[in-house]
Amino acid sequence: MGRLSAIPLEYAHLRSPSTESRVMFKKFQPSTDISGQTAVKSSVQRSIRAGILSNWKIDSDTFESIWPKKENITLVKCRDHISIYALHGVPLFFQHFEGPFYPTLRLLHKYPFVLPTVRVDRGAIRFLLAGAHMMCPGFTSKGGSLPPAEEALPAETPVAILAEGKEHAIAIGITKLSTEDIKKVNKGVGVEVVTHLGDDLWALQKV
Amino acid sequence: MSAEQETAAPQPKPPLQVLYCEVCTFPPEYCEFGSSLSKCKEWLKDEYPDLYDRYYSEEALQAKMGTMSMEQQTKLEQDAAKKEAKAEAKADAAKKKKLASQVLIKRIQRQKNKYVTAIHGLEAFDIDLKKAAKLFAQTFATGSSVTKNPQGQDEIVVQGDVSDEVLDMIREEKGVLKGVPEANVELIEEKKKKGS
Ligand SMILES: [Zn+2]
Repeated sequence: MGRLSAIPLEYAHLRSPSTESRVMFKKFQPSTDISGQTAVKSSVQRSIRAGILSNWKIDSDTFESIWPKKENITLVKCRDHISIYALHGVPLFFQHFEGPFYPTLRLLHKYPFVLPTVRVDRGAIRFLLAGAHMMCPGFTSKGGSLPPAEEALPAETPVAILAEGKEHAIAIGITKLSTEDIKKVNKGVGVEVVTHLGDDLWALQKV
Repeated sequence: MSAEQETAAPQPKPPLQVLYCEVCTFPPEYCEFGSSLSKCKEWLKDEYPDLYDRYYSEEALQAKMGTMSMEQQTKLEQDAAKKEAKAEAKADAAKKKKLASQVLIKRIQRQKNKYVTAIHGLEAFDIDLKKAAKLFAQTFATGSSVTKNPQGQDEIVVQGDVSDEVLDMIREEKGVLKGVPEANVELIEEKKKKGS
């Protein structure tokens, strides 16, 4: 495990268009799309822990209560190079290739501060829940919001996606443009959705 | 992402306890986007009347529209009704599928004289696997547990070759083993793959 913050260039060619352009957990069937569960070497567990601590906004004490150091996580290997990591059968976070670690949406609901947030307007909600990526105007319209310029996020940042008028996150995604560029360009996909309420990862409460 | 670390808190921050709808599994504020809104509303009204008022009172509905146009809101409501009808059709199909589900009783040879019996698919008939495993353990006075196969699906593994007896128990609907039509049960044999 080298760099954990973004999908390293050397893997870019491996990201087939079909997996990149679709939402990861659409038509994901545990019975056929999970290839197996394996233990994780302790050195690898250490590096995962360090990666998460440096990338999520979380202190080590709080993370310790999510994943205590003395407990071993299980790697649930899935199709398309998706790795889900589970503790006592509960999925906690996941990764695509060697990309960033995303919390599951249920974990994010418990610890909403671990990722920076963006917000889509109400009109975008039903598209998001149908598996669409989020277009720039959904964030720049009156009901949406992005961080102010001084807290701008670069492209390829994992974000929690909130929705107009709602308290809890609806999805987790990754910015395709910097948040300042989303404001400027204001068209095309601004944030790719990696998991959302009601998708097949949401349904996978126990592995 | 910025790698800024917050100053280490001496205490772990407690997790937020988010309420999830028992009908559609979403936080109740999102039930309106699911496919079972009328059932969700019924549930919330019974279990959390205060939350029900918060989400579905006249003012709440007004406020909720937010920046959406009347047209969009109407579309949303139409979609919700359509989705609900679709979900009901799907539930019907699921019921049919259940009647077509298979229960597999596998006799597996582990060593020369050692067999285990794996029973797969009982959960499709709403049978509690843990209770069924316990029933087998008591009936055969042997080890019996719920384990995962490599696909991550649960199945019951009973020590010893008890496949015929298990078939009889399902036929006779012993204990929790109710509601599996005989035609849906299949007995198969799995030969040992590698020497041990
Ligand atoms: Zn609901």
